[in-house]
Amino acid sequence: MAESASPKFLRPATAPGVDVGKAMTFDATLSLDAGRGLAPWTVAYMTYGTLNAARSNAVLVCHALTGDQFVIGNNPMTGRPGWWPSMVGPGKPIDTDRFFVICANVLGGCMGTSGPSDIDPATGKPYGLSFPLVTIHDMVRAQAALLDALGIEQVLCVTGGSMGGMQVLQWAASYPDRVVSAMPMATGARHSAQNIAFHEVGRQAIMADPDWHGGAYQAAGTQPSKGLAVARMAAHITYLSEAALQRKFGRSLQNRAEISFQFAPDFQVESYLHHQGSSFVDRFDANSYLYITRAMDYFDLAADYGGVLAEAFRGTRTKFCIASFTSDWLFPTAENKRIAHALNAAGATVSFVEIVTDKGHDSFLLDEPELFATARGFLNSVAQSRGIA
Amino acid sequence: MSLRPDLAAIAEMVPQGARVLDVGCGDGLLLEHLQSTKGVDGRGLELSQQNVNACVARGLAVIQGDADTDLHEYPSQVFDIVILSQTIQATYDPSRVLEHLLRIGKRTIVSLPNFGHWRVRLSLLVNGRMPQTKALGYSWHDTPNIHLCTIADFVSLVQETNGVIESALALDGKGHTRPMRPDAWGPNIFAEGAIFLLRQR
Repeated sequence: MAESASPKFLRPATAPGVDVGKAMTFDATLSLDAGRGLAPWTVAYMTYGTLNAARSNAVLVCHALTGDQFVIGNNPMTGRPGWWPSMVGPGKPIDTDRFFVICANVLGGCMGTSGPSDIDPATGKPYGLSFPLVTIHDMVRAQAALLDALGIEQVLCVTGGSMGGMQVLQWAASYPDRVVSAMPMATGARHSAQNIAFHEVGRQAIMADPDWHGGAYQAAGTQPSKGLAVARMAAHITYLSEAALQRKFGRSLQNRAEISFQFAPDFQVESYLHHQGSSFVDRFDANSYLYITRAMDYFDLAADYGGVLAEAFRGTRTKFCIASFTSDWLFPTAENKRIAHALNAAGATVSFVEIVTDKGHDSFLLDEPELFATARGFLNSVAQSRGIA
Repeated sequence: MSLRPDLAAIAEMVPQGARVLDVGCGDGLLLEHLQSTKGVDGRGLELSQQNVNACVARGLAVIQGDADTDLHEYPSQVFDIVILSQTIQATYDPSRVLEHLLRIGKRTIVSLPNFGHWRVRLSLLVNGRMPQTKALGYSWHDTPNIHLCTIADFVSLVQETNGVIESALALDGKGHTRPMRPDAWGPNIFAEGAIFLLRQR
């Protein structure tokens, strides 16, 4: 493997020469659940804080569907702050003055880790749909290889929300001895039928865009921006809640006093969604969106353990802290609680909190003092039990 | 750390190193005490978010949930001791809750206030109003204690739910305890509360 300071982003184009984090390229084949291997392959990542001499203070943060390795600080792609500044940083619950935080772009992603927009060395052309389908387990395998390469045998905590939470659960199930504690939030041990359905709407929107070109849009010099924007708009609704949308927008009109009797966006909520869609296509690859949503759909942790979720955690010594949010209808409390009960049945040490908020699924990214208090208390007690100051 | 006397009495019933589930564990005082003094493997179930936070910050493994709806999720006979302290009178379905406790734990400890205490009886007789006591200081319409009972009531509920009383303690107003015979009439008048050690028949 080789370390490079600046992985290439093939698309969307970012300003050349900006610091885009670290990357590690592996020549050894990464065996995937789909039955295919990937070689060579690259994982792009960021680290924050300092690894202690005992290498015992590492916290692995797993990002969600459209997240990336830029947890805090400036994101070179968007020019905006990272996605979890309320949770991670100096003095924050995941305190970078105490902990060494690692976050890697997921396999199949478009921020430097191998994905469908990369050049296939066998053909010299972008992979497109010839990139193998990846699973949550494959993403975790890639992260495990990165930790091996960084010389980190065990992490103090693995944490993340939504798809990040799925990776946390997979980590705990596949590498129990490497995970001292796990803090999944707003997640599930499987993707529900409703969630698969929403993802399929998004994928169909992308694939229906003539600029998608059967996935070979890079060669055609296009990108399915309209389809990807619609996918993002539909998905974004699922990240909020009816109450939050109503509170934020109600039936307010956008830059007009009366309805226009046209289909241009009259309502503020329409403008808001349009903005969400158009800003997304500037930073995200459409094929990556197809691959990563598919990985989430395929996730069913219990299925790998005879259909009994508790079996995934049998004998585990990992300490768990699970958080859900009352208004999250994408990964509702019941799905999160199911994990807690399976862990209980497996005799694991588990805490579970349900945070009262009307901000929906995205609450884990937002300012939720109860969540911060829980995370801080949990990490503190875990760190103390491992003698980390 | 000095524990409330009734909690100290419960703690004394818990064997060293036991696996313990504290249902309605509050801010985790008892669980923390049991972990530090008895080396128990402790878990909690608690309704209030703030209390769960306090527990998690203490490093305790506590699940936010409701005894009335969540106990069926727990497998049978996995805990050495299940504790329900001053909570049964606030449950919606005490009989079902007790059945679950007896199923989940090899032993179950239940503590409860005694609505048969003479002062409660006298208060109703003299004032003709629903009694309010120091331990139960709510008016009838806003009390969380929707299923108050006497010691004798509870003893018969234990029989109906196929439980066996292994031992029982009477609690006085200061929380001091003394052993009692569950079927004796005295404690049902003079004890302010009671602690029972139960198992499934």
